[in-house]
Amino acid sequence: MKILIAILARDLRLALRQGADSIMVVAFFIVTTTLFPFGVGPEANILARIASGVIWVSALLAAMLSLERVFQTDFEDGTLELLAISPVPLELVVLGKVLAHWLTTGLPLIIAAPLMAVMLNMNSAGFGTLMLAMLVGTPALSLIGAIGAALILGARRGGVLVSLLVLPLYIPVLIFGAGAVEASLLGLPAGEHLQIMGAILLLTLALAPLAAARALRLAVE
Amino acid sequence: MHRFAKPSVFLKLASAIMPWAIGITVVTLAVGLYLALVASPADYQQGDTVRIMYIHVPAAWMGLFCYVGMAICGAMSLIWKHPLADIAARATAPIGATFTALCLITGSLWGEPMWGTWWVWDARLTSMLILLFLYLGYMALVNAFDDSERGSKAGSALALVGVINVPIVKFSVDWWNTLHQPASVARMGGPSIDPSMLWPLFLIAIGFTGYYVIVLIVRVRLELNERRIRALQLGGVGQSVADQHHLAVPAKQAGAGE
Repeated sequence: MKILIAILARDLRLALRQGADSIMVVAFFIVTTTLFPFGVGPEANILARIASGVIWVSALLAAMLSLERVFQTDFEDGTLELLAISPVPLELVVLGKVLAHWLTTGLPLIIAAPLMAVMLNMNSAGFGTLMLAMLVGTPALSLIGAIGAALILGARRGGVLVSLLVLPLYIPVLIFGAGAVEASLLGLPAGEHLQIMGAILLLTLALAPLAAARALRLAVE
Repeated sequence: MHRFAKPSVFLKLASAIMPWAIGITVVTLAVGLYLALVASPADYQQGDTVRIMYIHVPAAWMGLFCYVGMAICGAMSLIWKHPLADIAARATAPIGATFTALCLITGSLWGEPMWGTWWVWDARLTSMLILLFLYLGYMALVNAFDDSERGSKAGSALALVGVINVPIVKFSVDWWNTLHQPASVARMGGPSIDPSMLWPLFLIAIGFTGYYVIVLIVRVRLELNERRIRALQLGGVGQSVADQHHLAVPAKQAGAGE
């Protein structure tokens, strides 16, 4: 637990000192969302209809965009090798880094999401569910993304590659996340969708650190 | 099983299997296609378009079968570090991707007359499309590293993560109420298809499997030969460098220090 907190604190401090990272992610999210009204036209009811999907897709892309830095800098300056040969289990390192990634990208996205929902004219009945669904969904995105981020270490064109690897695995979160918001907009209970998202989160929480740690070992071997 | 992991043993075995595989493939595909396209009855509802099924369904089976095979090879290469398992996993990916693409294409050709649309965002179709994306991601990842061994290892890990999609494809028609018809061959209580249609289906599936075996052997042989050529070239380079510098380095040693 102490080690987890130490890794988390280190990554958070690095993210804060290098500044801009979290702000960039949120800016990307807002700009991407803003593109849709230009693409499909500004009719209020069309925007309200597609709002939940647009917000989820933009959040997915924003979370993916920041994946590269989870392990890349540590891999380049050799920190990762030191962590790998230290007695600390690598799974714990992964967990700490994922938590830091979620705090610096997932959390700001959750806070920015209702703002974009207002701009896309979404019915206010869906706001609570949207934030709740993102609260359950974005940690799963960070966990799945960590596998991809660990696999591409040392690859050519890693940034493009990670999208090809991670986006197909993001689809279940997208389906149930957007489904939960849709359900509550129609006045139906969103509990089922949220429970499935909870199951996805628990499953990835159990398996993703193992897979990512395995991939890290392959990278530093 | 570990006995066959040795390339020389594999090559000998492959040469023994090859003529049989070619024979079985040619015979089953010829008989199967004749039965499917000429001898089997047209469907009472769908008419002759039902004949698309004889390519579509075996291609879907092969897409899944190849993925599972690729993941098993990946697991073997991660656990026991068999170089041959790496090569087999790499060789399987494009074959499986082709079968998956074939399944999607024939499916959309069949969907147009039957459902009135080329594509629907139905659970079975979407999960099959994700399978294709997983194949493409695997192939991109494996080739993204300068060190091919590193690429194979990363690819193996990805293939294992992606296995989660295989049961989703299989059970998608049971879990979600979809436009795609539910399972009619591998189901409790026996298949719900008439034997006159089932036979060509199985024959073509066997033919496709035989075709897979043939292409797999060819691709693995190719890769093994390529590696041998590279090793010889590197040995040659080491030798000529050693000659130039009048160093008495044995070629083997120089080759090992690449």
